[in-house]
Amino acid sequence: MDLSLKWLNDYVDVSDLNIPEICHGLTMSGSKVEKYETEGEDISKVVVGKILDVKPHSNSDHLVITQMDVGTGSPVQIVTGAPNIREENIGDLVPAALDGSSLPGGKKIKKGKLRGEVSEGMLCSLDELGLTLHDFPYAIEDGIFILKAEDGRELVPGMPIQQAIDLNDTSIEFEITPNRADCLSVIGLARETAATFDRELKVNAPSFKGAGGKASDELSVEITDKELCSRYMAAVVKNVKIGPSPLWLRQRLRACGVRPINNLVDITNFVMLEYGHPMHAFDIRYIEDKKINIRRAAQGEKITTLDGVERELSSEMLVIADGKKPVAVAGVMGGEYSGIMDDTVTVVFESACFDGASVRTTAKKLGMRTDASSRFEKQLDPAMCEPALLRACELVEKLGCGEVMSEIIDCTNGVKVRRTAPFDSEWINRFLGTDISEEEMLRILSKLDIKVENGIAYAPPYRGDIEYKNDLAEEVARFYGYNNVPKSIIRGVAEGELTEGQKFTRSLRRAACATGAYEICTFSFISPKSYDKIRLSAGSTLRKSVEITNPLGEDTSVMRTTLLPSMCEVLSRNYNNRNAEAFLFEVGTEYIPTGAELPVEQDRLVMGAYGQGYDFYTVKGAAESIFDILGISGVEYTACTAEDDVFPDSTAFHPGRCAVASKNGVKLALIGELHPDTLANYSIGTRAYAAKFRIAEMFVAAEEKKYKPLPKFPATTRDMAVVCSDDIPVAELEKAISEGIGKILEGIKLFDVYKGSQIEEGKKSVAFSISMRSHEGTLTDEQADAAMKKALKKLSEMGASLRE
Amino acid sequence: MKEQLERILEAATKQLKAASDPEKLEEMRVQYLGKKGEITSILKQMGGLSPEERPKMGQLANSIREQIETELKAKSDQIKKELAAKKLEAERIDVTLPGKEITIGRPHPLNAVLDEVEEIFLGMGFDIVDGPEVETDHYCFEALNMPRSHPARDTQDTFYINENVVLRTQTSSVQIRTMEERNPPIRIISPGRVYRSDAVDATHSPLFHQIEGLVIDKGITFGDLCGTLDMLMKKLYGKDAQIRLRPHHFPYTEPSAEVDLMCFNCGGKGCSMCKNEGYVELLGAGMVHPKVLEGCGIDPEVYSGFAFGIGLERITMGRFGINDMRLLYENDMRFLGQF
Repeated sequence: MDLSLKWLNDYVDVSDLNIPEICHGLTMSGSKVEKYETEGEDISKVVVGKILDVKPHSNSDHLVITQMDVGTGSPVQIVTGAPNIREENIGDLVPAALDGSSLPGGKKIKKGKLRGEVSEGMLCSLDELGLTLHDFPYAIEDGIFILKAEDGRELVPGMPIQQAIDLNDTSIEFEITPNRADCLSVIGLARETAATFDRELKVNAPSFKGAGGKASDELSVEITDKELCSRYMAAVVKNVKIGPSPLWLRQRLRACGVRPINNLVDITNFVMLEYGHPMHAFDIRYIEDKKINIRRAAQGEKITTLDGVERELSSEMLVIADGKKPVAVAGVMGGEYSGIMDDTVTVVFESACFDGASVRTTAKKLGMRTDASSRFEKQLDPAMCEPALLRACELVEKLGCGEVMSEIIDCTNGVKVRRTAPFDSEWINRFLGTDISEEEMLRILSKLDIKVENGIAYAPPYRGDIEYKNDLAEEVARFYGYNNVPKSIIRGVAEGELTEGQKFTRSLRRAACATGAYEICTFSFISPKSYDKIRLSAGSTLRKSVEITNPLGEDTSVMRTTLLPSMCEVLSRNYNNRNAEAFLFEVGTEYIPTGAELPVEQDRLVMGAYGQGYDFYTVKGAAESIFDILGISGVEYTACTAEDDVFPDSTAFHPGRCAVASKNGVKLALIGELHPDTLANYSIGTRAYAAKFRIAEMFVAAEEKKYKPLPKFPATTRDMAVVCSDDIPVAELEKAISEGIGKILEGIKLFDVYKGSQIEEGKKSVAFSISMRSHEGTLTDEQADAAMKKALKKLSEMGASLRE
Repeated sequence: MKEQLERILEAATKQLKAASDPEKLEEMRVQYLGKKGEITSILKQMGGLSPEERPKMGQLANSIREQIETELKAKSDQIKKELAAKKLEAERIDVTLPGKEITIGRPHPLNAVLDEVEEIFLGMGFDIVDGPEVETDHYCFEALNMPRSHPARDTQDTFYINENVVLRTQTSSVQIRTMEERNPPIRIISPGRVYRSDAVDATHSPLFHQIEGLVIDKGITFGDLCGTLDMLMKKLYGKDAQIRLRPHHFPYTEPSAEVDLMCFNCGGKGCSMCKNEGYVELLGAGMVHPKVLEGCGIDPEVYSGFAFGIGLERITMGRFGINDMRLLYENDMRFLGQF
């Protein structure tokens, strides 16, 4: 809502306050000022000039030389090329930009010579002053703005142009919250201003004299849909004289951001801005059968609205219809021929009240949010129809632009709401934590037109938001000052703590950081095409995702069922931003539809890496460290060569370089090198690696850490290299060694895997360093040798033999 | 004999002066003091002396021996010291060469700030509660006093899954779930992702993070809300942090407030960073609406409470001076490496 400061001052005198003071005060009492702008601020040294003489220019056909009285005593010479300055204009008043003046858009005017003749400045057109024909309909577009003394003011040469044409108002832009439709009006904001600065609000109840006659003789009104239209009032104005509105009215509209059109239309807009209640004006000639019916549209019924667009209506939309067709979409926009034209003779003013939700839905469906609909949708009160209509009639008489028929039409559905809320000053103080006297509270409420009787507060009709005692507490607090409420500490003792699960997730994130990975944060929605990019099989369960019906774009249209695409994208972005390497992780959510109303939201850890120094084993090493630090021991790794049942996104990985980590048969993680096709799909030009962890399962698998005594006796270490078939996984060899050595085994460390010319083809040599220790005593060589022999025996059972 | 001994002493002293390495000193020790050394061999001749001379010569021989011994030791220590110093000198390195790189992982800036906020609230006795992001219309709107016709529910703001399921537009949905599950007193925060259908630019994102707070108990006041937020901001931004509350409207709180933080750059005077307002808008808050309490089975005549929602992006960007929200989701290593 843009507010004219002059208009505001009509109702509450704040002329002694400077603009920032007004803005700050209103912001702090709840009417937030976004910004303000003063008209004519970018104009300087432009004054009213009186044309004393006009002579042709000897060196030019189109230039003329004027002598101007600009209030300085002696005339100044200004050369102009405008076609509308001739001898007959002598005596006219025009805007004259003097030497050193500035105009909108930063234009500077300096004294100079035009074809040899001195020009001490420039005569200005409307456009040069940043104005349009809507603001000054009597001016012309291509020529100097010849001023008229409007509204009985006296124009004197030398007078600043801002003063001469009322180009000095300040427009204040407010952010009005949806509960306060009443503040989308000058009077509403004036009331807030009066309460904020403790001033008097001067609003007179509007009234008109009337020229006799009954509106109902000219027009009949019927509300068919009483649910969506609670009241419809109409006044008829005869013998209208269509023309421009007076300066004061045009100026106020302009400062509120509304374009002046003609007096009748301007009146409806003026009333809407003043009272916050939208109105409409019809030309009675186009109301067929002289009948107005407020009904729902027939499905598929059509109307061409004022903006010239034909629109198809549906049956839930409310329309204003005549005997044959819809003439307006109720509360949204009038029909093409229903408006006021230059030859209009009889006008019908509509002041009605429609169901807010219905207007909102209709406006949204038709894709046209108007000044009217944005007010109606906040649910206006039927009681406000009357003052608005009376004000419009009053203005017609004030402007002398028509004869208002004395009796107006008023149709209502009879529903009246009296808004009340219990008032209890002690409760309010307890609730706010304040010590405000009841008198002060009553004073604040009365400023807002809220009357209190016997513990009940009666709100005015336009305050649909007053319903609970909290609402009264807010009104009191707003004007007492939110920031004057003493700050206190919540009483009572409470212990806050993380759940075990939350603690585990925190440890997990810390562990992931400790492996050297940077944490990332990605969007939860992805493109469905991502599933192809990570090579999910056609029938993969992960392809079924929660879909957004109104996404911003395909890229963000489904909720991810796997974190892998997000990670791949970030790896790709880093690679393509020429970052030499990246090692990343994210704890994120996967959204799995289950057939229930809401999907299952499961948290996963995903890691990803590329660059020098990173390979499958780096990422696996990170996984091992994470398991270790979280107390998850005994994790087994098995090759994952095809689509896994628990990790269907395993198809994103290289089939020969992917492993599933599990403990006691429960799968915990998937680790692998990304498939070359996945890499290609994400334009990653190097090998990259990823891992995904199931957090809930890891939480279950984690054991509490217990101290084990440090060994008392020394360990014995033996190295061993065995040769075996290449396809036996090292994990199998380790298992055999472990079984052979038994409980004195302390650890097996792999230190070499060799394939090549020294070894038979299809075979590999694997070297281990085996550490053994007993808690009962120092192991003898014999004991160690015996254990190694057993290990070798186990190995030989699987075809592995000692390397010679 | 006396002269012999004195000559030995003289020779030894001369030799010692010239000696420069440990081997030479060992040689000398053997030469003079060893079993077959010069002093020993002189002492062996003692038998040929008179009984009066013997003790005198013995004494002299021993004193010379001790003298040589002492000097040898001194010289030896000196040489060792010199050698050690030489070695250290030889081992000199260029300490200005860079250190060996150790990759240390880092939390994402959003999570780094979130962890901090969570710690503050844990310390103030709040629990941390999670809730679903794909949420029913009921929990996201209806129960928060936003019936179907409410403007905040326009499709332009909300992502819909179907008529009854949305991506939550605020973490306030967790308020309702918590009030349904727990009995007062309640003190929780609920951090998480929320979704609004805003196109991505420097200050907007269709996905962002909120931290919802909720306190319900007997006698909770608006002053408590002001005090709690004031404390939070002072803990987060330091003792000089100042907030101001502006009346606002949210359907689920009454009274409602927007909370601004005094601009650190200008101290409230107004500058380009705060768009000349002196304050930066930070969060929304208010006293839980009685309708909302009632809907959750909490008697508003007995209990009252407050709620607030903080934008994590906003405080993170403010904290680190990040001027473009998109950086937070692009996850470039060069960006992530700065926190």
